[in-house]
Amino acid sequence: MGKVRGAIVVDIERCKGCGLCVVACPTDTIVLADEVNGKGYHYAKMGNPEACTGCTNCAMVCPDSCITVYRLKPEKSK
Amino acid sequence: MIDVKDIIKPENLVFKKSKLLLDTPMHYCPGCSHGVVHNLIAEVIEEMNIQSETIGVAPVGCSVLAYNYIDIDWHEAAHGRAPAVATGLKRLLPDKFVFTYQGDGDLAAIGTAETIHACNRGENITVIFINNGIYGMTGGQMAPTTLEGMVASTCPDGREHSRDGYPIKISDLVAQLPGTCYVTRQAVHTPGAVRKAKKAIRKAFENQKLKKGLSLVEVVSTCNSGWKMSPVAANDWMAENMFPFYPLGDLKDE
Ligand SMILES: Cc1ncc(C[n+]2csc(CCOP(=O)(O)OP(=O)(O)O)c2C)c(N)n1
Ligand code: SF4
Ligand code: SF4
Repeated sequence: MGKVRGAIVVDIERCKGCGLCVVACPTDTIVLADEVNGKGYHYAKMGNPEACTGCTNCAMVCPDSCITVYRLKPEKSK
Repeated sequence: MIDVKDIIKPENLVFKKSKLLLDTPMHYCPGCSHGVVHNLIAEVIEEMNIQSETIGVAPVGCSVLAYNYIDIDWHEAAHGRAPAVATGLKRLLPDKFVFTYQGDGDLAAIGTAETIHACNRGENITVIFINNGIYGMTGGQMAPTTLEGMVASTCPDGREHSRDGYPIKISDLVAQLPGTCYVTRQAVHTPGAVRKAKKAIRKAFENQKLKKGLSLVEVVSTCNSGWKMSPVAANDWMAENMFPFYPLGDLKDE
């Protein structure tokens, strides 16, 4: 059976670039973008999408509820 | 190779923002604990399916605009008076779920009397207490909860007890009162802490159905702007300095 695969979608305009999701992610998936959003914040994005397991840790600590998380059912991620 | 596009599909969804959280962007500073606790309250109300039966009482402080963010009925209270307003609401509408949401300046300074007496009367309400150790909204002044040695804008060399008194442990105080049924201290700095804090908030709401008395959930929080730290550094500072004085866990569960 393959590794569990997940992915996140960040609401870029809602993100304030606080970085709390970056340190909460156990697989170092998330980075703050070099670019900024409309508010001037370096928003969060998947820098290493291969690593995401869809554990939801980042979404739970995000104060601005910017993150939606998806996870492939194990049988599909072989 | 699986493409990210194949993962981002409705059938694979495992986490999305609560339906009760309005799309209005929160005015809180980046990384502020207030936002995380708002999310948890919205999730608990959504999961208990009590949206139309819940009334929140918003405080004065950074969270004065809480009513803009969670889609339930709200009442605003004058500074510190939220437990008194909640008492009136709950007594008139005993079948509603009534909670207050208060900072430490609101709950533990100007509102100390309302807090203690609502607890002592055993009002069937829930109190959510955000303890970030300072007055956030007004510029980071010392609060009754400020730690000894902790820097605030009105004690730039750190709180000193011979001049400023000692930090007050509200949860320990109210846990001694027979009117409280559940008093717990939580945090929201890590995913594990967020899970526990959510369980505590859920229990504090469930207790209203059982008419057991007042439930208070203290959330030891950061105000990274007021503390003049990055959000990540503020969480680390909190774990190192706040938790030894404000240890996490249940103080009372009856
Ligand atoms: C009667 C009254 N006194 C003082 C103030 C000024 N004031 C506004 S917010 C605040 C303190 C808020 O601190 P806290 O409750 O800790 O909430 P935070 O902003 O840290 O979330 C004070 C003293 C006021 N608005 N009304
Ligand atoms: S925790 Fe939320 S607001 Fe903060 S950087 Fe991550 S996505 Fe943005
Ligand atoms: S000032 Fe402090 S308490 Fe207020 S929103 Fe900013 S971080 Fe949060």
